[in-house]
Amino acid sequence: MAGYIGTSQSRIDGVKKVTGAAKYAAEFNAPGLAYGSIVASTIAKGRIVHIDTSGAKRVPSVIDVITHQNRPSMADNDKAYKDDVAPLGSPFRPLYDNRVMFNGQPIALVVAETSEVARDAASRIRVEYTEEPHVTNLFQQLDATISVPQPTNPSEAVFTPPSARGTPEQALASAAVRHEGTYYVPIENHNAMELFTATAVYEPGGKLTVYNKTQGVQNVQRYVCGVFGMKPEDVRVLSPFMGGGFGSGLRPNFEVVLAVQAALALRRPVRVVLTRPQMYALGYRPAMLQRIAIGANSGGTLDAITHDVITVTSQNETFFRQETGWSALLYKSANATYAHRLARLDRPTSSDQRAPGAATAVYALECAMDELAVALKIDPLDLRMRCYSDRDQIRDRPYSSKALRECYAQGAAAFGWDKRNPAPRSMRDDGDLVGWGMATGVWDATQMPITVRIALSAIGHAEVACATSDIGTGTYTIMAQVAADSLGIPLENVSIKLGDSALPPSPVEGGSWIAASVSNGIATTAAAIRENLLQIAKTMPNTPLANVGPDDVALAGGDLVSRLDATRAVAIVDVMQHGGIDRIAQEKTTSPVQDEDRAHNTHSATFAEVKVDEQLGVIRVARVVSAVAAGRILNTKTAASQILGSVVWGIGMALQEETLIDHRFGRVMNANIAEYHVPVNADVYDIKVIFVDEPDDSNPLGVKGLGEIGLVGVAAAIANAVYHATGKRVRDLPITLDKVIGVA
Amino acid sequence: MINFQYVQATDVADAVRQTDGDPRARFVAGGTNLIDLMKMEVEQPTRVIDITRLPLRQVEPTPSGGLRIGALVPNTDLAYHPLVEERYPVLSSAIMAGASQQLRNMASTGGNLLQRTRCAYFYDVATPCNKRTPGTGCSAIEGLNRGHAILGTSQACIAVHPSDMCVAMMMLDATVHVTGPTGDRVVPFADFHRLPGDAPQRDTNLNPGEIITAVELPPKGFASHHTYLKIRDRLSYAFALVAIAAGLDLDGDTIKEGRFALGGIAHKPWRDPKAEAVLRGQPANAATFTRAADVLLRDARGYKYNTFKIDLARRCIVRALGQAARATPQSQSHKKIA
Ligand SMILES: Cc1cc2nc3c(=O)[nH]c(=O)nc-3n(C[C@H](O)[C@H](O)[C@H](O)COP(=O)(O)OP(=O)(O)OC[C@H]3O[C@@H](n4cnc5c(N)ncnc54)[C@H](O)[C@@H]3O)c2cc1C
Ligand code: SF4
Repeated sequence: MAGYIGTSQSRIDGVKKVTGAAKYAAEFNAPGLAYGSIVASTIAKGRIVHIDTSGAKRVPSVIDVITHQNRPSMADNDKAYKDDVAPLGSPFRPLYDNRVMFNGQPIALVVAETSEVARDAASRIRVEYTEEPHVTNLFQQLDATISVPQPTNPSEAVFTPPSARGTPEQALASAAVRHEGTYYVPIENHNAMELFTATAVYEPGGKLTVYNKTQGVQNVQRYVCGVFGMKPEDVRVLSPFMGGGFGSGLRPNFEVVLAVQAALALRRPVRVVLTRPQMYALGYRPAMLQRIAIGANSGGTLDAITHDVITVTSQNETFFRQETGWSALLYKSANATYAHRLARLDRPTSSDQRAPGAATAVYALECAMDELAVALKIDPLDLRMRCYSDRDQIRDRPYSSKALRECYAQGAAAFGWDKRNPAPRSMRDDGDLVGWGMATGVWDATQMPITVRIALSAIGHAEVACATSDIGTGTYTIMAQVAADSLGIPLENVSIKLGDSALPPSPVEGGSWIAASVSNGIATTAAAIRENLLQIAKTMPNTPLANVGPDDVALAGGDLVSRLDATRAVAIVDVMQHGGIDRIAQEKTTSPVQDEDRAHNTHSATFAEVKVDEQLGVIRVARVVSAVAAGRILNTKTAASQILGSVVWGIGMALQEETLIDHRFGRVMNANIAEYHVPVNADVYDIKVIFVDEPDDSNPLGVKGLGEIGLVGVAAAIANAVYHATGKRVRDLPITLDKVIGVA
Repeated sequence: MINFQYVQATDVADAVRQTDGDPRARFVAGGTNLIDLMKMEVEQPTRVIDITRLPLRQVEPTPSGGLRIGALVPNTDLAYHPLVEERYPVLSSAIMAGASQQLRNMASTGGNLLQRTRCAYFYDVATPCNKRTPGTGCSAIEGLNRGHAILGTSQACIAVHPSDMCVAMMMLDATVHVTGPTGDRVVPFADFHRLPGDAPQRDTNLNPGEIITAVELPPKGFASHHTYLKIRDRLSYAFALVAIAAGLDLDGDTIKEGRFALGGIAHKPWRDPKAEAVLRGQPANAATFTRAADVLLRDARGYKYNTFKIDLARRCIVRALGQAARATPQSQSHKKIA
């Protein structure tokens, strides 16, 4: 089975995307479509006393205004609102009652015949509140943090801090060299290009078809059924294309509830599109305040590490991820202790954002390692090599594969790391200070149960179906590649169906697990088709495959052939004809092989060069090399794009990104992508992506997934480069120029 | 966004007539600022008068050797105009430092002058703001004020004027030609924008019903010794933290005349004759530039998050005057600072 897998393939949906033929949630129309415009709260906490909708209702062609007072019936228990990936606690219920829990909360939906009228009318709604004191500032809650809850089952346990090892306090006290630092990452929003949208089409008889921007169509389907007491067969959710998710679409967002409320109330199709400012009332990467202390002996290996983290969540839910575990996993240290506390804020619940937990925690860890290297007077890369571990340090088990050493070596070679002068402020180019920094990245390689259906026709066309999403990463394309190779047919002969809740079950697309899950799922189902064909082929007169076992045949070039003797082959078209069929369909569920004895991770090494204007503090990221070990790479082009995008994201995280809240109002004040900065073309110079060879047998295809690993470590590499350039250590992100100005 | 009446003006007189004494009537040119503000409900015009068909798209030399720029000349066309590139390269550079290609293609000369502050509170109708709703208070003084002014502020407002183009025009001593219900007048650039004082709702001295027809540049363009240096939080597509347009007239190493105007630090493009006087007759070196910077910034005061701007402005002045003196103007495409 080879051919397309591992090659560079352009997206099979690329032409559709650039010509506009790919339809997104806001582009599905239905006769009689009405438009909803959301009215959002302007206070952070309190009660709605009165909503005056009269001004809105007077606007011609307004159909209705839906509020907590006249909404259709909704479930009254938390369980009904729990989606597949909901954290502990009580999920937010849109338009449920008069409570305001965060600024920007939807409190009414104006529905009109056009979106312009809906928006005009929405601006005429007057709301009276009784306000209650709120807190949105992490630094005001430092005395009121709570410990992350104890896990009640193994799936919760992966998010709680690992247990302590040895006697960290004593080890730290007696360490030859110590570094201790506090690092801060602010709240960051996802800022996906596509606005969250739901087009809820009400059909006669009360069935709903919902076009929704989401990373999990079946998650939304189950959620809508729970909230509105509907049956799964009456709710179909579609999301064929997605303009960026990054975790913001893992959980159902409030637009889908509002669209369904209106569709049910009015018995007609309704579309709700968030405005850009409203996108900032969704989940976000939690701010993270962390203290790391590392003690080393003079030989440059670690004696002790302590990592204490505070992240933020809402009052009603308890969201947290594995933050400290990365420090526990990565480097050898006999003594270690970890703690994770949470600050509750009057904000929406924080959420997963690309490499949740790792992007922030490994940033701190890798800056701390850099600071330790400085204290030890050894090269930062050398320090990583001295602390290198071939075993998972939390559970003391081997990795299924770990080619991090090769990442270091190949990344350093491509970057020219050996030419680095270790002294800060020692390297210059044309007047600019030059800094070189590096960092390690680590992320999980996970596979989830998934079901794939394939129908292969006699003439060698295949339709592959699975309810997964392509959130923009290239899932359509890798699915087609794997199917083409597994079935021995050209790529063009494969059509992919995904993003539809009516298709075979898939988990949400997140955690970098879809590539491994769906590719192996396709291989399993293709094998079932092959076996099916073989059974029929064996009944053919004079069959050349009489004594061939199921594992000894392959599908290639429209034939079923023996792997041992290529002359023994029958044409698929003949097999089907003999069997009196014109297609074979199989649907199979593939679960990961349980392999608790080994750790499954991806790794990376990022090397960054910055140039800093000494007088003005202007920082340019002149060069980045990212070397990634992520098992088998299915498509070198889409994979490299994931890493490029991650590096660009890391540049933003290091230098630009921050959700600014005015804590007096508890309100996001840069709720648009002009003022919330992410990198533009001018900020992005040379980025080189290297995939190191990493054979892995955790699953038959050896796939690990790489949507997130590319981000982990980038901000640290840049921060370390800024230190090397300027001699100034900035421990709070983003590193804006005011923090380094005056280093001259 | 509210419902509004849309009309097209046929000529300048018609445009003025259509405002009809209605303070909530608005002209629309490129629409890149007005429409955004309407969507955010900051601007709620009753009537929008489309002026894009008026014959104000010429860039023409004046008899006195200057240049007259029609109010509807798009920012891009102006930046790339051969006469501007040749005689007023600092203006080309300032325009290219602003916004994005798409925005510059739409944005007009007149609209650029009248674009409103980017203060986040001004943009958010859920928060108090004296400029948007006089008398409600200024949220920025005790709030998020990293982008705000360090000079010419008042108790009522500390917003900055966001334009890059205007900073160069201020340095070049441009004049603004306007037509109103009572006739035509010419306003020196320095008198066009206002300081906030106790009426921050008024950005400029334009009277109700007046339309900008042109901006005129005097002959002197500082084509050989000039620069536009803009410092911002990313390398493009961000408003200035501090920007400076500088021009020097040198006799050997001695400054015959030196001018510099700053953006991003005040409610209007900021120029200070006293600071420029420091340059006159002095050697073009860092010591001179630093003295001039100190004079310009003598009354500067920072707020919680923007105090760094005082230091940054000082450094920018010294750097930019140095660029102008060396005749190595800042490139807007190559981001290394010259
Ligand atoms: C995301 C973003 C980033 C930007 N970045 C920058 C930047 O970095 N630097 C920068 O300088 N600018 C920047 N801009 C602002 C941009 O330059 C202005 O929006 C533009 O110049 C306005 O011109 P316009 O023709 O579109 O004005 P319009 O939006 O049409 O009008 C603006 C105002 O001027 C009035 N008006 C227009 N023409 C006339 C006239 N002839 N007479 C009287 N009144 C008139 C209108 O009534 C309105 O009140 C940015 C804008 C955006 C949206
Ligand atoms: S600085 Fe000016 S524009 Fe900003 S809030 Fe204060 S009054 Fe309003």
